[in-house]
Amino acid sequence: MSIQTEVIGLPPLSPSRVASRLSFLRLKDFPLIPALILGLIALVAIFANFLAPHNPEIGSLTARFKPPFWQTGGTMKYLLGTDQLGRDVLSRLIFGARVSVIVGFTAVIFAGTVGTTLGIISGYLGGWVDQVIMRLTDTWLALPPLMFAIFLAAIVGPSMWNIVIILGLVYWTRYARVIRGEVLSLKEREFVRLAIVAGCSKRTIMWRHILPNVINSAIVIGTLMLGVVIITEASLSFLGIGVPPPQAAWGLMLADGRQSLMVGRWWLSVLPGCCIMLMVLSANLLGDWLRVKLDPQLRQL
Amino acid sequence: MKRYIGRRTAYCLLSLFLLSLTIFFFVRVTGDPATLLVEPGASEADIAAIHHQFGLDKPLWVQYGIFVANLAHGDLGKSFYYRTPVMELYLSRLPNSLYLATVAMAFSLIIGIPTGVLASVRVGRFWDRAGKTFTLLGLSLPPFWVGLVLILVFSVYLGWLPSSGAGTPLHLIMPAFALGWYFAAAHMRLTRSSMLEVLGSEYVKLARLKGLPQSLVIAKHAFKNALIPVLTLAGINLVIMVNVATVVEVVFAWPGIGRLLYEGITFRDFPVVQGVVLMGGAMIVIVNLVIDILYAVIDPRIRLES
Amino acid sequence: MSTRPLLELKNLSTHYVSAQGARVVRAVDEVSLRINAGETLGIVGESGSGKSTLALTIMRILPMAARIVSGQMLFEGEDLLLKSDEEMRHVRGKRIAMILQDPMASLNPLFTVGDQVGETLRVHEGTSRASAWSRAIDLLKSVRIPAPETRVTQYPHEMSGGMRQRIVGAIGISCEPRLLIADEPTTSLDLTIQAQYLALLRDLQRAHGLALIFITHNLGIVAKMCDQLAVMYAGRVVESGPVSQIFNTPTHPYTEALLNSIPRMSDNRQRLTAIDGQPPDLSAMPPGCSFAPRCPEVFDRCRAQAPPAFTTAAGRSARCWLADVSRDNPAHLRVESRAL
Repeated sequence: MSIQTEVIGLPPLSPSRVASRLSFLRLKDFPLIPALILGLIALVAIFANFLAPHNPEIGSLTARFKPPFWQTGGTMKYLLGTDQLGRDVLSRLIFGARVSVIVGFTAVIFAGTVGTTLGIISGYLGGWVDQVIMRLTDTWLALPPLMFAIFLAAIVGPSMWNIVIILGLVYWTRYARVIRGEVLSLKEREFVRLAIVAGCSKRTIMWRHILPNVINSAIVIGTLMLGVVIITEASLSFLGIGVPPPQAAWGLMLADGRQSLMVGRWWLSVLPGCCIMLMVLSANLLGDWLRVKLDPQLRQL
Repeated sequence: MKRYIGRRTAYCLLSLFLLSLTIFFFVRVTGDPATLLVEPGASEADIAAIHHQFGLDKPLWVQYGIFVANLAHGDLGKSFYYRTPVMELYLSRLPNSLYLATVAMAFSLIIGIPTGVLASVRVGRFWDRAGKTFTLLGLSLPPFWVGLVLILVFSVYLGWLPSSGAGTPLHLIMPAFALGWYFAAAHMRLTRSSMLEVLGSEYVKLARLKGLPQSLVIAKHAFKNALIPVLTLAGINLVIMVNVATVVEVVFAWPGIGRLLYEGITFRDFPVVQGVVLMGGAMIVIVNLVIDILYAVIDPRIRLES
Repeated sequence: MSTRPLLELKNLSTHYVSAQGARVVRAVDEVSLRINAGETLGIVGESGSGKSTLALTIMRILPMAARIVSGQMLFEGEDLLLKSDEEMRHVRGKRIAMILQDPMASLNPLFTVGDQVGETLRVHEGTSRASAWSRAIDLLKSVRIPAPETRVTQYPHEMSGGMRQRIVGAIGISCEPRLLIADEPTTSLDLTIQAQYLALLRDLQRAHGLALIFITHNLGIVAKMCDQLAVMYAGRVVESGPVSQIFNTPTHPYTEALLNSIPRMSDNRQRLTAIDGQPPDLSAMPPGCSFAPRCPEVFDRCRAQAPPAFTTAAGRSARCWLADVSRDNPAHLRVESRAL
């Protein structure tokens, strides 16, 4: 097998190759601020237990609806105010970051794995396997993601991990289509034909030759999907079938804050909304940059 | 062209079939669909009746047969909460969603297409950068967030617009804006890239070489060609809008199918949930077919394919 | 009778500048050419020699990264580079027209043939729709398209490649320009169609008194069609003059190599002659003559200094030290023997 890979030209990913591939990242137009924001959010998510000043799920009923500290009636004890159950908003935001990060990344990776695998299988094997997978993909693509997610959540019941699985099920189709298209054109390339002639099994070809070539696209799609997944998760939580209370999730906080909006308690809605927005914005900016670097052709996406 | 339409229709039917299969599968995947299909707090007799009605004790393929037969009759089951057929409920709410989506779509196209054209013609300069920022914001700000902010500003602080319900055109403005905003960015982006692609084509080059004024080159030669993908997207997006409007409808208490879905989950009214999702998927599949047919009519290359 | 050339390019240079300004590609480098009314000038060169960029420079339709850096383009006495965009627009299509290489891509798929042929008339001469339509039918007739009345309502994809290229030709001559630039018009046509098309161009030229600039990489076509020839290499014109003279006695080694590389039936040699080496990287040109790395007759001076264009005979010039007839050039003796 090693002879084939030398001849064919795309060696398996070794550490030095990965390093050289990543070297282009150190460049002037790297979007520093979005990356920092995402990094910060990730850190907050990991160290939530240490960073949050209060328990996000249990509140003090005597301290309900306190505004942020810079407004009249606010205190330094609850920096960003409290909600209708007296829970500290800042702590809830911090723990909410954990939910968003976990759900976001896990769902994207899950969807990506399933979608890429099916895309490769479908594209490479062709024939009826391709037809079946493609028809299924098209059909699932026709289902509005939020509705589909709601439907699935209604069936299995809400919990954080259920949401991850649901989001993975809903969004894998985005990957499959694009990856399949790439595989179709890769199939015609010389190095694949050489591998076939050299007697490599289909599985080997798909795993060692095709996969490394489509990973770039998968990553690009993943960056796009991160923002979408986070918004969907927030929407689900907002509608009450996402991460269940009393766990803190940004979407849930938005829902809770909605009633209070009419009486001017803006911080209960605006602050979680800002967090969602910052995370999605940063993910999109980073994704844009990554997209340009990894494959300018996909800039159209 | 006939063959093209025939093929597309066959695909459409296949997709509808797979759609029903998917929904059917998921309802039964937990093993006991009765918990979903039976109203909470039902009596023994009711449960037995449900079992009979859906054939839950019969083999799977028989159940599926019953399911599809019901669908073919337009029977989506009965709502627990409203005690009316789901289809009836759905059809009564659908026009509201369509209304909202149409206005939102018009808004998104009016904003999106001209800015996209402008950004493509002024690549790299101010309008293009402004456009890029707009796109980014549009795609990053979720519709419900935009909705909440709008309510905060225009209802709570300024008191200009009503924050919920439907009835007057004033009620329409904020939800349509919130819904259309996201898509405006997508349309702008697609218009821009489509225009750029077309502006780099050989026939635009020849048009310039013919000495045509820039305005004619853009308006006639570039625009019509560039518009094809945008309109395709817009058509698909319209239906997507109808279905994606769920959260916006909830935020603004707009009585459309999205709100209906919300009620379904809030009241644990599973037939409603199932029905809305089925209809949503079916709608998109059928509209895709319609778009494909329209495409064939507009683009002479497909129309005259022998 | 005025002997002023129809189009005269003097030291024309067009450079492509990369976004950061780091790389400069001298696509057209100090090009000087002239063409008289009714003449056919062939411009020959490999891909990357700058021929297409030269054509686009004349029309002043260049991609954003390109800049016309210096020189003059005198068309009927007026310098085109001094014209405003609007004035230039009135020149394009009306006084100078251009045909592109790929007819399928040049025609807009969503508009009828009649619309596209009549468009120049409507824009430049203010013709009404109806009369532009009938003029279009006449134009299709003059490019020998059968059944023009039906064809005129059809769309580009309904026609064969040869017919499409004729339509592009019809668009070109529609406003009776003085000069027609054809950028490799036959390259994408089948061989059998090529000959017909060239004959058509020739006839149109005679009928309308057109000057024709024919850009190609095919010397056979040059032999058939052109009166004058300019050979381009790496953005410069390395040799120019009457076709028959250059074919018989080429001065520049590149021209000679090009002529030699055409296989002939009478050749006894078994191997094809190719020119050694690769086309140069236009962003990193060596200091001396651009052809020096590949030239079979190179000597020291060639690598040190880029040769200017020497006039070797009336109407002929070559950018080669071999053509330098000044006393202190050791190679001038060779030149004299070459001219014989």
